[in-house]
Amino acid sequence: MIRIINLFFIIFFLLSAKAYSLIEIDITRGNLDPLPIAVSPLFQDDNSKRNSINELKIENVGSEISLVVENNLKISGLFNPLSKEAFLQKPDIAHLKPRFEDWALIKAQALITGKVTIEDKKLKVEFRLWDILAGREMMALAFTTVPSNWRRVGHIISDKVYERLTGEKGYFDTRIIYVSEEGPKTARVKKLAIMDQDGFNTKYLTLGNELVLTPRFNPTSQMVTYLSYFKNLPRVYLLDIETGTQEVVGDFPGMTFAPRFSPDGKKIIMSFAKDGNSDIYTMDLENRIVERITNHPSIDTSPSYSPDNRFITFNSDRSGFQQIYVMKSDGSNVKRISFGKGLYGTPVWSPRGDLIAFTKLHKGKFYIGVMRTDGSGERLLTENYYQEAPSWSPNGRVLIFYRETKSNDKGEGFSAKLWSIDLTGYNERQVQTETDASDPSWSSLLSN
Amino acid sequence: MNFSKSFRNTFLVILLSLIVSACATKKTTTTVEGQMQGDVYTGTDTVKYLADGVPDRVFFATNESILTTKSRDTLRKQANWLRENSSINVVVEGHADERGTREYNLALGERRANAAKDYLITYGISADRISVISYGKERPVDSGSNPLSWSKNRRSVTVKAN
Repeated sequence: MIRIINLFFIIFFLLSAKAYSLIEIDITRGNLDPLPIAVSPLFQDDNSKRNSINELKIENVGSEISLVVENNLKISGLFNPLSKEAFLQKPDIAHLKPRFEDWALIKAQALITGKVTIEDKKLKVEFRLWDILAGREMMALAFTTVPSNWRRVGHIISDKVYERLTGEKGYFDTRIIYVSEEGPKTARVKKLAIMDQDGFNTKYLTLGNELVLTPRFNPTSQMVTYLSYFKNLPRVYLLDIETGTQEVVGDFPGMTFAPRFSPDGKKIIMSFAKDGNSDIYTMDLENRIVERITNHPSIDTSPSYSPDNRFITFNSDRSGFQQIYVMKSDGSNVKRISFGKGLYGTPVWSPRGDLIAFTKLHKGKFYIGVMRTDGSGERLLTENYYQEAPSWSPNGRVLIFYRETKSNDKGEGFSAKLWSIDLTGYNERQVQTETDASDPSWSSLLSN
Repeated sequence: MNFSKSFRNTFLVILLSLIVSACATKKTTTTVEGQMQGDVYTGTDTVKYLADGVPDRVFFATNESILTTKSRDTLRKQANWLRENSSINVVVEGHADERGTREYNLALGERRANAAKDYLITYGISADRISVISYGKERPVDSGSNPLSWSKNRRSVTVKAN
């Protein structure tokens, strides 16, 4: 099981008074000119290096942490980390006071420096962010944690830098839960898997004995809800990823599926199928009260709450074909919002509240797109042979989804992979996983 | 409401089959020839038998759960066989092809399985003897990514439960 190790962090220095800064990044538009940033390896003295080898089997955890930061900033598409080969100043000296001219010479606009010590089984990391053009410190922080948490320290530094330079919360200290897939299409083995957002620390939460689908994080705790075919009864389950305990959600005489948490984490919303008809239900996790939200002879599925819990978007074929609808969370005021050409599915409300992401099928192609919550402003971000099931990063800037390739007549050439794309439609990239993967769900920030 | 919808859908299926068959006559022989009508699979490649002359499965058009004439014929054979073998219970599995979103396909598979179940009930089989399960698009029989493969995967399969 995954243990969440408490992470203490202390503000070491006060943030330098909101200095007039020359660097800032506009993330609302596609960023074709990423900010050149130098990530100096975090300095570690010889004594600490010895402790690092003892504790972590890593010689220089300081430079490993800086690689985590560098990689995060790079995959965001907003930063261009410069090659360390070109750095003129040593890490320890740069951390005390960078020679700004040297960094300006290699065209860096921002610089990250830091220092790592490991003593008494504690990892202490301090870092500073410098504005090269203005020649001043923008931010300084220090963290103390257990040494095994070193990758998370890298993610938290990345989040702080991202937030300082873009003005929005980061999404690096997060995890992805997904379905790991192996084997031929006709006998696919699926397991629940969880990993850090950057693809490290993969852990498998089920053994593959039964089919599992559509895991989703609780935005407020370390709980996950998913569909399992345990004992050949497809039911929605609740899994505590810290303790490994799980239970069936509710007592329904038929298939429950398409589960998701409400944003306050207090309810599960899902579909219940009976006699050929699927409707939407909720179950309160405290008092176990089940409520029926829709009552219609069509298929109603893929429900997702608005972040204020007041509305629900869902997928229904009540018009004859799959379309997206919005209703009040008590099931009243049902309104269709998708009117473009094609079929629409998997609506999911942005954590910022203003957009709904969806999958669209039109003329044999699948699209991931976004529209406003009244259905206006539809924007397709990516087109492919097959892709679906977008999930938002907690800051609402990035979508992760899965994509399948076409197979030949023998079923060869098939793959399922995770991909991410910016809300801007730029920075589309594959997310590395150990196996084939589908149904990704992005966690909230772990450290907030 | 339901009636008019299913009436319209039937009409669409008929219309579609007419269009497709019209196209088919123009083309010379293809491998698909004789294996699909409209986009409903009519071949026997994947079919298994519950007993001699009793096919285990029926096929559906894209996004549909309407039983074709041939499907109803198959289900009547299953009903007869079930009447003669009253100790046997069955599970009807509903399936979808890979060209749809996972969650919708789970619902669609359940709808297809129930369409078959309801027909068996109409022909006198007790509801207690028939359970349903939807696998959505999770258990294809044909792993190709082409219209013929997809048509084989849009199916409901009646399986002995005991």
